[in-house]
Amino acid sequence: MANIHPIGKPFTRKEGRKKVTGQALYVDDLTFPEMLHGATVRSPVARGKITNIVFGGDITWDEFVIVTAKDIPGANHVALILNDQPYLADGFVNHPEEPVLLLAHKDKYLVEEARRNVHIEIEELPAVFSLEDSLAKKGIIWGEDNVFKKFLVDKGNVDDVWSNADLIIEGEYETGAQEQLYIENNGAIAIANPTEGVTVWGSMQCPFYVHKALVKLFELPDEKIRIIQTETGGGFGGKEEYPSLIAGHAALLAWKSGKPVKIIYDRAEDMVATTKRHPSRTRHKTAVTRDGKLLAIEIDFVIDGGAYCTLSPVVLSRGTIHAAGPYVCPNVRIHSRAVATNVPPHGAFRGFGAPQSIFALERHMDKVAHAVGLTPEEFRRRNFIHEGETTATSQIIRERVDMDGLLTRTLKLSDYHAKRERFARENQTSNGGFSKKRGIGFATFMHGAGFTGSGEVYLQSVVSAEATAEGKVRILAASTEIGQGTNTIFSQIASEALGLDFDSIEIVQPDTGHVPNSGPTVASRTSMVVGKLVESAVLGLKQTLIGSGLYNDADFKKACANYIAKFGSLKTSSTYQPPPNVHWDDEKYQGDAYGAYAWAVYVAEVSFDELTYEARVEDFVAMQEVGRVLNPVLAAGQIEGGVAQAIGFTLFENVVWKDGRMANNQMTNYIIPTPADIPPIRVFFEENPYAYGPGGAKGIGELPMDGAAPAILNAIENATGISFNRIPLMPETLMKPIVS
Amino acid sequence: MIVSFTINGESRTVDVFPMARLLDVLREQLHLTGTKEGCGEGECGACTVVLDGQIVNSCLVPVAQVNGSEIKTIEGVARQDQLHAVQQAFIDHGGAQCGICTPGMVLAAVDLLNRNPRPSETEIRNGLAGNLCRCTGYMKIFESVVRAYQK
Repeated sequence: MANIHPIGKPFTRKEGRKKVTGQALYVDDLTFPEMLHGATVRSPVARGKITNIVFGGDITWDEFVIVTAKDIPGANHVALILNDQPYLADGFVNHPEEPVLLLAHKDKYLVEEARRNVHIEIEELPAVFSLEDSLAKKGIIWGEDNVFKKFLVDKGNVDDVWSNADLIIEGEYETGAQEQLYIENNGAIAIANPTEGVTVWGSMQCPFYVHKALVKLFELPDEKIRIIQTETGGGFGGKEEYPSLIAGHAALLAWKSGKPVKIIYDRAEDMVATTKRHPSRTRHKTAVTRDGKLLAIEIDFVIDGGAYCTLSPVVLSRGTIHAAGPYVCPNVRIHSRAVATNVPPHGAFRGFGAPQSIFALERHMDKVAHAVGLTPEEFRRRNFIHEGETTATSQIIRERVDMDGLLTRTLKLSDYHAKRERFARENQTSNGGFSKKRGIGFATFMHGAGFTGSGEVYLQSVVSAEATAEGKVRILAASTEIGQGTNTIFSQIASEALGLDFDSIEIVQPDTGHVPNSGPTVASRTSMVVGKLVESAVLGLKQTLIGSGLYNDADFKKACANYIAKFGSLKTSSTYQPPPNVHWDDEKYQGDAYGAYAWAVYVAEVSFDELTYEARVEDFVAMQEVGRVLNPVLAAGQIEGGVAQAIGFTLFENVVWKDGRMANNQMTNYIIPTPADIPPIRVFFEENPYAYGPGGAKGIGELPMDGAAPAILNAIENATGISFNRIPLMPETLMKPIVS
Repeated sequence: MIVSFTINGESRTVDVFPMARLLDVLREQLHLTGTKEGCGEGECGACTVVLDGQIVNSCLVPVAQVNGSEIKTIEGVARQDQLHAVQQAFIDHGGAQCGICTPGMVLAAVDLLNRNPRPSETEIRNGLAGNLCRCTGYMKIFESVVRAYQK
């Protein structure tokens, strides 16, 4: 037996060969005999009563399968949190592009032609399009007050502080919507009939979310619904909850027609109709002593949830908990709300509320530092949280945290001090003509891994492992490979735990008919939480072999062969156990919000062109402590990709809204960073193994989305002397204060 | 309309609507699904193929235009089991994540190295600027290209 230790080594992507040769099969690469193509007819307006549906044009309508709300066999809602979103609008629409009717035909060009000839007639009603109008109740469009969810985090008492504080600094910060823009659009194929039930193949992050939704939609028993994840071309949260909708639509058409139905969105439909990052507005009020110690932080955090609740309460929760950052402050009050507007529901997107509230905090911390007369660095150093101190939710940090050390190392690696001094000098002397100004800024932040609070306990995730007579080990989990490296990481963990060759581990395709529910592939939980279950499940195989007395000479392969010859099969399962001393109070929103946090310092260097008003990131240093790094190439790939996406969020990606509808729903006018736009992203890790993660790992996936935006705007303020507090920060916004 | 061309070294003749996108003909009639659709308007490069020695977005090419042409898709990059150096480098150095942009990105990188065997970093960035990736932040793609030509 080779004595190998795969953890920490750059094993290559398990499915890499299939991907570089074009052999990997994504949902649109699959076809079934007699398959029909489906299309979705959507609401042309934001809000109103459906008065009539007209089937016009020169279309032979009797050749088409047509599904409306009346054809739904079970409940007409997407089962998630509040179940307020219908699969198909039934008499009333609440946002532009809301699905109203489904069509299918064997010819995909004819189905598109037909879609354009269905006219939904609607008696329009007043709609609400902005977070501000929703808060001001310019119209009540959801529930009694337009509020999906609110939280209050209260630590100490901020009200006692204001009257005696040396300094009080206030600020307001905003972030825009952002499209996930996975390069593979949403898609699903379904086969459905009353005898066999419903089977769906699709591009998705969370097969069991789709499963739960389709059980309700069809009112069928669990075992009659089967969801299979096909190779998935990126998710970033955009395939967390949305696939429940498209899978349901394909299944409804398949149910009615008795034939397989494929629905693949084109880019325009995907961008206009599916979820985006929640826009946000955050207000800060901060009291500090004259020597720069935080006394009180009061935060009002609001996110725009769109027309239906979907995941807004949990996005709000994560944003709320991260709003006060890696600082220690005796008095904190965070009041947060997710409100309704008549735009397509906003949803999960990498970071899940935290990038929004951290943007506000890290811009505000620079402002407070300036007001106290300290450098951004020194002000933060006086307030960083340490082991034994408490967060905003009164969580005692029990792990070693060294934000000071991270900051020192990062500022050195980025040559921060020398550059800050040099840019200040050069920016002065380059006047008298159009020129480039330079600036450098940073953000310090943390990101909690896994579900918030008691979420993991409710989930009760399970992973199974199965040995073959040849001594191979198959991992059965619902965690999806979406590019982030699940297959490879799970193989490394199992291989390390059993001392087996990396290639002896097989990851079974997520299929709800065959794998246990290891929870959704979200929340930076796959490596840390599910990976730990992989480790315990495979160790269970070894324990079983030892217990059977067949593992005498420590030969796993031989023992498996003997065990299976004797007992038929060898399979073990592992169920989530929370780490000790983790307590969360859902009522008070106090306690251990996350089992572990990743800690980070990001530094951005920017140039600002006074002729074109273009701000460009010239250099980027990303330093983080994510526990033990399981695979340095995959981990750096997560950070680099997240930073690039966050640079897009900050400077490029501007969703233009017109009456609640995305007007620039094309890659031609919604711009994501290209190879020519991204600076060198220099990634560094501090390793501090986490006792309850597999091999010491914590979560990593969402973290890199959090810090770039405030670091870049802090750098732009350093370059221009002007404080910008809304992203995306487009050249036209940069131009205004400079011209005037 | 009858259209004949050579694809990955093999002669093929198809009966098609002349304005059908080359992308659809490849995927639906020839079952070469390695060529992906990302945007359908020539922005993302996921549908990149090599047409008579030039890389093109196959979503913008009407099939009538390829009569008599020579086409190479991702399926024609490796020789049997022998991966191209670019493909191997993408595997070894993290150039592929979700994989949906990878076929187009690999073809663009191979094309770049054919034209310029030792490109500078700026030349790599510009050479791949027509291919978008949402996963990698491009760093590992650039590294893969460098490692490929160093081999």
